Amino acid sequence: MTDLTIFMLQTWGALPEVLRFIVVTTLKIFGIILPLIIVVAYYTYAERKVIAFMHARMGPNRVGPMGILQPIADTLKMLLKEVIVPANANRFLFVLAPVISLIPALAAWAVIPLNETFVLADINAGLLYVLALTSMGVYGVILGGWASNSKYAFLGAMRSASQMIAYEIAMGFALVGVLMAGGSLNLGEIIRAQEGTVLSWFWLPLFPLFLVYLISGFAETNRSPFDVAEGESEIVAGFHVEYSGIAFGIFFVAEYANMVLIAALTVILFFGGWLSPLQGIPGLKDSILAQPSFGWLASKMLFFMFCFLWSRATFPRYRYDQVMRLGWKVFIPITIAWIGVEAVMSYMDIGPWA
Amino acid sequence: MPEIQNLTMNFGPQHPAAHGVLRMVLEMDGEVIQRADPHIGLLHRGTEKLAESKPYNQSIGYMDRLDYVSMMCNEHGYVLAIERLLKLTPPKRAQYIRVMFDEITRILNHLLWIGSHSLDVGAMAMFLYAFREREDLMDCYEAVSGTRMHATYYRPGGVYRDLPEKMPKYQPSQYRKDKDLKRLNEARSGSLLDFIEDFTDRFPKLVDEYETLLTENRIWRQRTVNIGVVSPDRAMQLGFSGPMLRGSGVLWDLRKHQPYETYAELDFDVPLGVNGDCYDRYLVRIEELRQSNHIIRQCIEWLRSNAGPVMIKDHKVAPPERLEMKDDMEGLIHHFKLFTEGYCVPEGEVYAAIEHPKGEFGVYISSDGANKPYRVKIRAAGFAHLSSMNEMVQGHMLADMVAVIGTQDIVFGEIDR
Repeated sequence: MTDLTIFMLQTWGALPEVLRFIVVTTLKIFGIILPLIIVVAYYTYAERKVIAFMHARMGPNRVGPMGILQPIADTLKMLLKEVIVPANANRFLFVLAPVISLIPALAAWAVIPLNETFVLADINAGLLYVLALTSMGVYGVILGGWASNSKYAFLGAMRSASQMIAYEIAMGFALVGVLMAGGSLNLGEIIRAQEGTVLSWFWLPLFPLFLVYLISGFAETNRSPFDVAEGESEIVAGFHVEYSGIAFGIFFVAEYANMVLIAALTVILFFGGWLSPLQGIPGLKDSILAQPSFGWLASKMLFFMFCFLWSRATFPRYRYDQVMRLGWKVFIPITIAWIGVEAVMSYMDIGPWA
Repeated sequence: MPEIQNLTMNFGPQHPAAHGVLRMVLEMDGEVIQRADPHIGLLHRGTEKLAESKPYNQSIGYMDRLDYVSMMCNEHGYVLAIERLLKLTPPKRAQYIRVMFDEITRILNHLLWIGSHSLDVGAMAMFLYAFREREDLMDCYEAVSGTRMHATYYRPGGVYRDLPEKMPKYQPSQYRKDKDLKRLNEARSGSLLDFIEDFTDRFPKLVDEYETLLTENRIWRQRTVNIGVVSPDRAMQLGFSGPMLRGSGVLWDLRKHQPYETYAELDFDVPLGVNGDCYDRYLVRIEELRQSNHIIRQCIEWLRSNAGPVMIKDHKVAPPERLEMKDDMEGLIHHFKLFTEGYCVPEGEVYAAIEHPKGEFGVYISSDGANKPYRVKIRAAGFAHLSSMNEMVQGHMLADMVAVIGTQDIVFGEIDR
């Protein structure tokens, strides 16, 4: 060891415990957030490319080879544009709204276990924390719509508010099912409870809940076919119609970060998180593919992220009241019924929850 | 307690679903529309008045710009009116070419309709699929007239020129792979008729493709079934025509009931709706796509086996051949007179209507015997349809209004004129 390294290690050791913890945690936070932001940026690029191919067109192909620099150019463009605050808008809330919608989408990553060991905050109430934070995000939408002082934005905010309530409940019930099956609120524990083969992941025993959760996730993130809060052809852009420049950009990032988050949660709760699908197959026991790893988590997430894009390219948009009907009259009864079935089965010690 | 008021909202004219420059003042009770008040005139260009100040032939180009998604059909109505005043009949081949291009135009129009209608309802893919096919048909326009949209191809006495023997081809581009280039140019290697025939071979399958995305789609049905219902009686009272009328179950098609050109010789069916809602009108238009395709095939067959002139020989109305004009003094005089003064039309009035993709497109011309019309009145189908907007959307939600605008297939060029 050189003198310099020794010196640095000594200085590090001399720091108070709290300071060391803060530094390490901050570094970890950056380690999660920065790649996440890059993923989000390239998710927008992927969306444009994937949808373009589904639409028989080319997508962005001018900035850099195959348009690979497009997200960077977009960000630059938005940063350089003026943020226009409409007359009679509530300035404070107007600026606050995009921030409120972005922060929960990023903060929720604190409890997401990326592999068997790495998780920023391994708290016991991880699932509750996620639920609490994701429901915070809607305040950004509501505030943004309200503070804009525009009728289109107002309608978008109203739609979003009622939609969120409906789907938050369905989503919550779906999570109750997972909680009962997993026996813990800690996301890592939930994944460990799914250990075994592909068939022991929760998607099979909790299939109705999985579908409800995934579709509610689409609704929660305001994605097609539930994008009534933005409803381009009806209320133009809904809640963010008055936003421009980077304020709009932040809403945009928040939406995509939420999609990534929902994809991650779907994988963790129903598809065994970092577990390998090849696990439990006798011949492959020692192969590297059968080991749990971050790679599996990422590739499963990619599939669900692709589903978001796929549905956007395919489906027409629901009408507002139809979205409500689906949430209240279809999803909530389904989840309640399945929780009942699950409870009875686990009480009688039958099925996978025995 | 403050008094509760309805929300008044401005819809358009810069709204993405406004199909151009539709402006509506909506009175809404929450999401439910109480009253819709369409405002028109933002695209008024005074076509009728302009036509009064120009020789007859020079106004054909204005007709293209009326309903700018079904260009040649507009020309057809105008040209037909002039021909009736002049009491001349174009050669048979010209009539078949007109019918063929009318049907190509109908497909062009319905493709744009299906694209924008489903885009309004939220299905993005349809829009681009429809435009992919429109591109081919635009190429037919280009091959025959030199422009992709505003063709000015129909002339009193026939059509501007015969169908070309070869199609323009795509050039290599750094953004297009060689394989794609080859595929695109393959159909373009023969004559225009070969190209159109190739299109009609492909097209029914493509319509099936559209239908797989929409017809049985639950969301699509939820958004269109029982939306904007118009009873058959009411549809007639409101002056509906075309697919809007047939969607309500009224059998009325000018191609069948007042045949013009060669429609009487062609075999085709007229689809009818039952419930008069957006979904039925959707089905009617989809079937019209297939029927148009069928008509085009019959025209191709006829045109292949029957050569002949495409313009009458009367040089008072039709320009002489280029060669004749250069060689012959008389030809030169005819050419000069036709392109400066035009021709005089006998005194009288005429109304000529055709089955436009959107409905009945009629042109009324009143002539005082001069080389310009004394008065031109255009009957645009969309105008009557738009005036029923309030009735069709009352009690529906905001999102349904967008579906109704889509189903009415509104184009402001013809409404504002």
